[in-house]
Amino acid sequence: MIQIENISVSFGTRHVLRDCSLEVKTGETLVVIGSSGTGKSTLLRVIIGLQVPDSGRVVVDGQSVHDLSSKGLAKLRSRMGYLFQSGALINWLSVGDNVALPLRENTKTPAPEIDRRVDEVLELVGLSGSRHLMPGQISGGMRKRAGLARSLITEPEIILYDEPTTGLDPVTAHIIDRVILDLKEKLKVTSVVVSHDMAGTFRVADRVAMLYDGRIIASGVPDEFRDSGDPLVRQFVTGALEGPLSARGPDGRRKK
Amino acid sequence: MRRLFAAFDMAGYTVQILVKSLWFSIRRPRLKSTMTLMYEGGLKSLLVVAIVALFSGMILCLQTGLQLIQLGQEDLIGALVAQTFAREFGPFITCIILVGTIVSAYTAEIGTMRVSEEVAALEVLSIDPIDYLAAPRVIALAIMTFFLTACADYIGILGGGLVASMQMGVPFGRYLDSAMETLRGGEWFGLPKDVYAGLVKAGFTGGVIGAIGCAQGLTAQGGALGVGRAVRRAVIHSIVLILIISYDFTWLVYRAFMS
Repeated sequence: MIQIENISVSFGTRHVLRDCSLEVKTGETLVVIGSSGTGKSTLLRVIIGLQVPDSGRVVVDGQSVHDLSSKGLAKLRSRMGYLFQSGALINWLSVGDNVALPLRENTKTPAPEIDRRVDEVLELVGLSGSRHLMPGQISGGMRKRAGLARSLITEPEIILYDEPTTGLDPVTAHIIDRVILDLKEKLKVTSVVVSHDMAGTFRVADRVAMLYDGRIIASGVPDEFRDSGDPLVRQFVTGALEGPLSARGPDGRRKK
Repeated sequence: MRRLFAAFDMAGYTVQILVKSLWFSIRRPRLKSTMTLMYEGGLKSLLVVAIVALFSGMILCLQTGLQLIQLGQEDLIGALVAQTFAREFGPFITCIILVGTIVSAYTAEIGTMRVSEEVAALEVLSIDPIDYLAAPRVIALAIMTFFLTACADYIGILGGGLVASMQMGVPFGRYLDSAMETLRGGEWFGLPKDVYAGLVKAGFTGGVIGAIGCAQGLTAQGGALGVGRAVRRAVIHSIVLILIISYDFTWLVYRAFMS
């Protein structure tokens, strides 16, 4: 279980997250939606300990992430996966070597077993046959899928996805959504997904939360979001041009 | 005041990288990547080091030789060029060239990885970026600097010999005898003290400037502009540190221990 308790983060004078609280139950898929620049990626970085909050705390399975020693944090992270927006592949390693990296660095898994696992996860994300390609030779969508394969190879219990389907064609986006659902159903993985993609959100989410102006303004099951009376939620879900999101910038100030 | 704290913070991080690199290299040496980095940086810098050392030796010989000949001390030309190269010029020239060619490249590579979230990806995968990225670079640069300095010493002394024999009428054999004679004085463990001290100084300085390059890269922020700033800082800090280490090392070896 992930408990996010009163998290606030600011960069200089810009408040990105304000007193943000959420709870993600074990085996649940929570999708966090919100306009660009509302702090969704920062929230994921706080959960995995890449960003230290100004106040508040994140508790993962009883362990306060930001109070852990570097060894403790490394141990916790070995149970977690993180998909970066860009895939964040190491540029001088091939796709296969990138995917194999966590097993080669952190475990004593024999090489043939690593090769087998790499083929398995690459096939899962639709990248079989790409293991010898370099990151510079593949598209942004393929890089993202390779990044997903790298985060899956250690069979994590918790996976954080930073916009997993942005920039992908609809079919590939659907494949990624299917992977997220399969991981939940077969391995009972706990997932936090940050997304703009409403179709994907309604496909994978057990629960949806909306961030606006650094605060969680709504949280509930997908059906509640579809039928929400909140004008902010309704405009975001329907993508309407007119509404409170158009009248106010992501910093919460009313546009002139 | 904030800038002062930031400077101390960065100095501490650089020392941490230097010490951790040494520790990681003993505990779990990354031989393949270290060798690749040595080839990429060391072998490809050899030509430029050789050219600069050759001409520096020639210029040094020309400038000092003209004065020494007027005083009738042409026998000292070889000694002067050899000592200057072994003690200061060889390490200094090599380190300055490596700052421009290798340290700046380290900062740019790691800085780009930092701003494109590759360093964060390593952290998330429980891989220490100092172990994976910095340690092989620091160790490779220390070893490269050691060997490239030895090459610079030989080539610089040779360059001086060419000018001495072809333009100043000092036979090459006499120049070389004078050079070897002065280097033979005071041996440490079978090696001439001056050569030994210069090479050890070069290796240590190589490690320090490697750590500076990696530290600046690992803390780069703000996209391409931030990486550019980090490279500039790495070059400036490295050059200043080369001069400080050079002076302090010389003081330690020739005043504190040998006086």
